[in-house]
Amino acid sequence: MTAMLAKTSTCPLHRRMYAKLALMAAGLALLAAAPMFLYPVFLMKLLCFGLFAAALNLVLGYGGMVAFGHATFFGGAAYVTAHAIKEWGFGAGSGLMIGVAFALVAGFLMGIIAIRRQGFYFAMTTLALSQMAYFAFFQAPFTNAEDGIQRVPRPNFLGFVPLADNLALYYFVVAVFLIGMAVIWRVIHSPFGASMTAIRENETRTLSLGYRVNRYKLTVFVISAGLSGLAGSLKVLVFQIATLTDVAWQMSGEVILMTLLGGVGTFLGPVIGAALVLTIQNYMASTSVPVTIFIGAAFIICVMLFRKGIVGEIDAFMRREWAADSIRKKVELQ
Amino acid sequence: MIFGVPLVALASQLVLGLFNGAFYALLSLGLGVIFGLLRVVNFTHGAFYTVGAFTAFLLTNQAGLSFWASLLIAPLIVAALAAVLERSLLRKLYGLDALYGLLLTFGIALLIEGMLQMFFGVAGQPYQVPAVLSGTSNLGFMFLPHYRAFAIGISLLLCLLTWLIIEYTSLGAKLRAATENSSLLEVFGVNVPLLLTCTYAFGGALAGFAGVVAAPVFQVSPLMGSNLIIVVFAVVIIGGLGSITGAIVSGLMLGVLEALAKVYWPPSANLVPFLIMAVVLFLRPRGLFGKGE
Repeated sequence: MTAMLAKTSTCPLHRRMYAKLALMAAGLALLAAAPMFLYPVFLMKLLCFGLFAAALNLVLGYGGMVAFGHATFFGGAAYVTAHAIKEWGFGAGSGLMIGVAFALVAGFLMGIIAIRRQGFYFAMTTLALSQMAYFAFFQAPFTNAEDGIQRVPRPNFLGFVPLADNLALYYFVVAVFLIGMAVIWRVIHSPFGASMTAIRENETRTLSLGYRVNRYKLTVFVISAGLSGLAGSLKVLVFQIATLTDVAWQMSGEVILMTLLGGVGTFLGPVIGAALVLTIQNYMASTSVPVTIFIGAAFIICVMLFRKGIVGEIDAFMRREWAADSIRKKVELQ
Repeated sequence: MIFGVPLVALASQLVLGLFNGAFYALLSLGLGVIFGLLRVVNFTHGAFYTVGAFTAFLLTNQAGLSFWASLLIAPLIVAALAAVLERSLLRKLYGLDALYGLLLTFGIALLIEGMLQMFFGVAGQPYQVPAVLSGTSNLGFMFLPHYRAFAIGISLLLCLLTWLIIEYTSLGAKLRAATENSSLLEVFGVNVPLLLTCTYAFGGALAGFAGVVAAPVFQVSPLMGSNLIIVVFAVVIIGGLGSITGAIVSGLMLGVLEALAKVYWPPSANLVPFLIMAVVLFLRPRGLFGKGE
């Protein structure tokens, strides 16, 4: 009887794993087939912002720190990549890499100052520092201020993948997106990720257990910055332009909304949140209503009504169902 | 000539710096009072400032009221708006992680800004300086625009008044007590929820007042608040949240330093507040006037 019980009680776990595998396969199939139904450039935009939001989620959801300055990494890396490709003749791969390198350095600099304070102070400090970066970019000669860097070429990747073709570029973007998401998955499910969760749940206790909390926080902040940079650099390849919009504080707010809407601290939530926000923005662009109204209202609704986000709420619902299911099974057995 | 800059130019920049600093002081004072009691970083503060300016603009240009009447009425309207927001939305988040308050007020700020944009467009609207204050005086070494002097004077007066209220009246004592331990205060029979609403409304009124005073000098535009509020955040971090002296002193100081930067190395002017903030965070993470937590 106990053996049977043990067997049935592990059953929901297995089912959850199968469900996740099926979800992954469906997701990959969807990514492969999507450009046949939808405009590839919009899909690529969606993937870039999905990666950006997922990167922010590392800090926001798994680190428990509200970072209000991620636009600096996203837009800053975009500027660097655009300049490197257009003026220095970099390729696609090296262009992405130099953008990420910039974001890592910027993330280190911002992080080392911002993690000195927690909570609101952290939020306000990152916001203020990113505003400083905004003015610096605005005045730097290579960004062309309001004009931005335009008409950035799409060089071949590794010399033979023709990124000038939208479909080829789409699959390239998908590949980079998946690599980015894999890095995030690995970070979350590593001992490092577990330590981050401990810090989020109770920083003082983790500190007293002998963890160098600030070093962990800085590391996760830098990783998140680097991935945000990757997303920003990728966006340059898609739109061939880098502008002030991407470094402005409104962008930092938008990406927080994407993460919040999809589900803070869930793996796929930010991507779904990004898709939702971009789709609605796309729709609103054809009306005369300013998009800030939608963003503001979405923030209010999200914070007031469903703080777990879409994926977070679904996840909670499924967990309840599974728990109820396994109890029902146990009762039947007895 | 001082370091190669004519005295007249330097003096008028300093007045401009004090003028900006007075706004920083008024706004960071309100932010500080709200934060102290509600533990909410009020992102909507910039929007309150903008709403104050727009209300004055409408009161004068549509309803034909004088500048002085607007200066009294507009802050009251902003206070009412703030009270409604606190009662209907903010209040429901008090038990939760305080960062939700920040995100909520951020959303409200965007919503208000977006609506103003929809009705008035992004372009700035002009607002007349009242006739009494429109001249300038020659002080010998510089020309002092009357309105600037008035704005600096009245803002500082309001800061001083706020400080006196908080330090020396029984209402201020209750406010400070609630900041220390609100549940204990409630046990003594003080209506703490009402106190919270009033505090939020008062902070909003200060921001609205600043908006009215700013309207004749800067153009009245939907984005005037959001550009200012980030600098004010830097001011608050430099001064230390919850310190009234800190808010006023660092507000004025930052205004003046910004003006000096404009004179000696113009491209750095926008960066100065944030650079100072970074240095302060490094040397004194609690801010210049901040107490331990």
